[in-house]
Amino acid sequence: MANVTVLGATGNQMVAEAFRQAKVDVLPAYPITPQTTMVENFAKYVADGRVHTEYVAVESEHSALSASIGASAAGARVATATAAQGLALMFEELYIASGMRLPIVMANANRALSAPINIHGDHSDVMSCRDCGWIVLFAETAQEAYDQTIISFPIAENPNVLLPVMTTLDGFVTTHAMERCELMDDDTVAAYVGDRVPENALIGGPKAVSHGMFSSLGGPYFKLKKVQREALENSKPYIQAEGDKWAAITGRKFEFVEKWECDDADYIMVIAGSSAGNARVVARELRAEGLKVGIARIRLYRPFPVAELVDILKDAKAVAVLDRSDCFGAQFGPIGLDVASALYSAGAQVPMRNYIYGLGGADVTLDALRQAFTELPQVASGELDQSLNYLGVR
Amino acid sequence: MKHMNRTYEDVSTYEHWTADKFLPGGIVNDPGNSMMYITGGWRSNRPVWNKDNCNDCMLCWVHCPDSAILVENQKMVDIDFEHCKGCGMCAVECRFDAIEMIVEPDSLSAEGGN
Amino acid sequence: MANIKQLSEINERLVGGHRLCGGCGASVAVRQILMGAGPDTEVVVAVATGCLEVSTTALPFTSWDCSFIHNAFENAAATITGVEAAYKALKATGKIAKDKEIKFIAFGGDGGTYDIGLQALSGALERGHDFVYVCYDNGAYMNTGIQRSSATPSHSWATTSEVGAVIPGKPERRKDLTSIVAAHHIPFAAQASVGNWKNLVEVSEKAFNTPGPAFLNVLAPCPRGWRYTSEKTVEISKLAFRTKFWPIFEIENGKWSMKEIREKDLLPIEEFLKTQGRFAHLFKPENEHLIAGIQAEVDEYYDYVKSMCAK
Repeated sequence: MANVTVLGATGNQMVAEAFRQAKVDVLPAYPITPQTTMVENFAKYVADGRVHTEYVAVESEHSALSASIGASAAGARVATATAAQGLALMFEELYIASGMRLPIVMANANRALSAPINIHGDHSDVMSCRDCGWIVLFAETAQEAYDQTIISFPIAENPNVLLPVMTTLDGFVTTHAMERCELMDDDTVAAYVGDRVPENALIGGPKAVSHGMFSSLGGPYFKLKKVQREALENSKPYIQAEGDKWAAITGRKFEFVEKWECDDADYIMVIAGSSAGNARVVARELRAEGLKVGIARIRLYRPFPVAELVDILKDAKAVAVLDRSDCFGAQFGPIGLDVASALYSAGAQVPMRNYIYGLGGADVTLDALRQAFTELPQVASGELDQSLNYLGVR
Repeated sequence: MKHMNRTYEDVSTYEHWTADKFLPGGIVNDPGNSMMYITGGWRSNRPVWNKDNCNDCMLCWVHCPDSAILVENQKMVDIDFEHCKGCGMCAVECRFDAIEMIVEPDSLSAEGGN
Repeated sequence: MANIKQLSEINERLVGGHRLCGGCGASVAVRQILMGAGPDTEVVVAVATGCLEVSTTALPFTSWDCSFIHNAFENAAATITGVEAAYKALKATGKIAKDKEIKFIAFGGDGGTYDIGLQALSGALERGHDFVYVCYDNGAYMNTGIQRSSATPSHSWATTSEVGAVIPGKPERRKDLTSIVAAHHIPFAAQASVGNWKNLVEVSEKAFNTPGPAFLNVLAPCPRGWRYTSEKTVEISKLAFRTKFWPIFEIENGKWSMKEIREKDLLPIEEFLKTQGRFAHLFKPENEHLIAGIQAEVDEYYDYVKSMCAK
């Protein structure tokens, strides 16, 4: 039986615990707000001899992911963590990690991108990297950040997956706020995650291998990209299987999209990350007032859970898609684009309005969320158009 | 497929391989299999080895950019014309006039393919 | 050090069938340096994006008869330190036998080292990983077409430091990378060249056997970029030494030592410059004063190395 410790902890603390319990071999990292306490906590485990991990205190995020790639190719279990400008600096390496099919678990403390420089929570950083070939998870709470970080290791390292995983939590709201959390005992986590069993590693294997090959015109580049896309799409059952396995231990369910009162809902809000809690508060009030609203909270963002979302949204009268980042120049924000194309390809004619909210850590007020919900009847009737709106900004 | 006393997997049809035939991420696990790739056809000049003058000093071997001086038991045994690109460095570095560069004869240029 | 005949029995770690140009200095450097790892040692090689990388790893062919990784242009040092960290961690958990010895080496060109990779190199050196970093310096971005780098010598032609009516080639002096590396106070650093194979194998052996970071800055001429015919690579490297263009020295635990040029071997810088088309414009009457400037520059650097050795 697993032993559970109940504690007050921040998201960053819980991610550091997950890294420790997963017995990460190599953790290259560079400090950046609001990720810092994550790696500080881990550095303390190293200093106290509680882990065997090689903590590589690199000189930049670019080197953090570069070293992670080297360590993963060498056959080690690898984790790193970053945020915002750090993730942006890694951009080149994000594609290389997935293209080389290397399991790496990276926690991202979701934060606004400059300029103006802003250290607070939004999704601009992770969303700018959404198409880099990584599996991307969004946590609402510190508990979920812990759970999703733990399941990320066996997902990434599964020989049928072999992809890097970005496990994300919102800057400050989730990384720094203290919540009631449940920490499983070390042995339970160790038994759950198991050891990485690498194939074709640079060291320790039966023969020498070459990683990071060149493929120009006439080479198999195009073919390898097709295989990569399929690997990401085909990772879904393995992601769900790990979530289920972990749920059997913890009692905490894992779903690609969490449905809250969606079954009979006329109006559904699609949201990801920490603001879902506020959304539920408003939704409860609205339900009491007679408006049948529901919430579809995205936990797995890449590969995008198209079928799951369509199934939830297809019969709604209108949908509000909330985006905590913008795709400048595009019709909608990132989740707005994804939901619109999912609905379109399924032939579902559901009116949708896209709301950009909380950029740069701006307060996500109950009033603002109420506005998004209560506009939906007008969206359904056509009184309000299906456009993109900055929520709460005049 | 055997080459220079080593056996390599046959990759000659790789341009027609289906996507799934490649290892994830394009890893190659047949170390040194470029020995199967012939660069001798690049040559416009050809080293001619005069064994009688050769002192087995290995200076040609140590300087060859294409690992094309074949050595066995500390003695030079041949030139690997499948990979020699004819740069001529061996002839310059030889102190015993044991290697002479000639224009690659048409009759031999087919050797090494490509 | 093993003699040349003994070295000839080492299995080649860079084999034939690569697509580097005939007479390429980089492959000469790599072969000789990898000899320094000894006959049976397992080696993992990381290479920065560049000629050496693209020419040795065109799918499905690898020219590496040892484990190899290429990541990107600026991060060969960061990448190999990740591999080295994995080796230490996997040893700690017993997944790799405690007595298993593996050596780690990264190669980058001057573009990937002096310029875009300098930060990753500096970080890796400071962190003290047990690895060797080799810069094969051919003085320009050869893979992309001979653009100037911060290693391009004064007044050299390059495709982004053109020789024109008002500017006679690259106006700026080259960066002294070896001294920058030495300032990290790593246990071993050396400047060497493919013009002296014995020294290169020797310093490579020292570098591999040094616990902690070691660095080699190796002159590796490029026939295409320097504009000379392919058989002259080693010859020109020897002239680089004899004209003070490329002093050969090493810094072991802070102690500098150099190969001094014997008086009878000393040559004026023209003897080096005139072998290469990239300096051809300097021999026009209006540019001859520039040669005097280059001579003063190499004299000064040679004296600087000498003064460091005297300390």
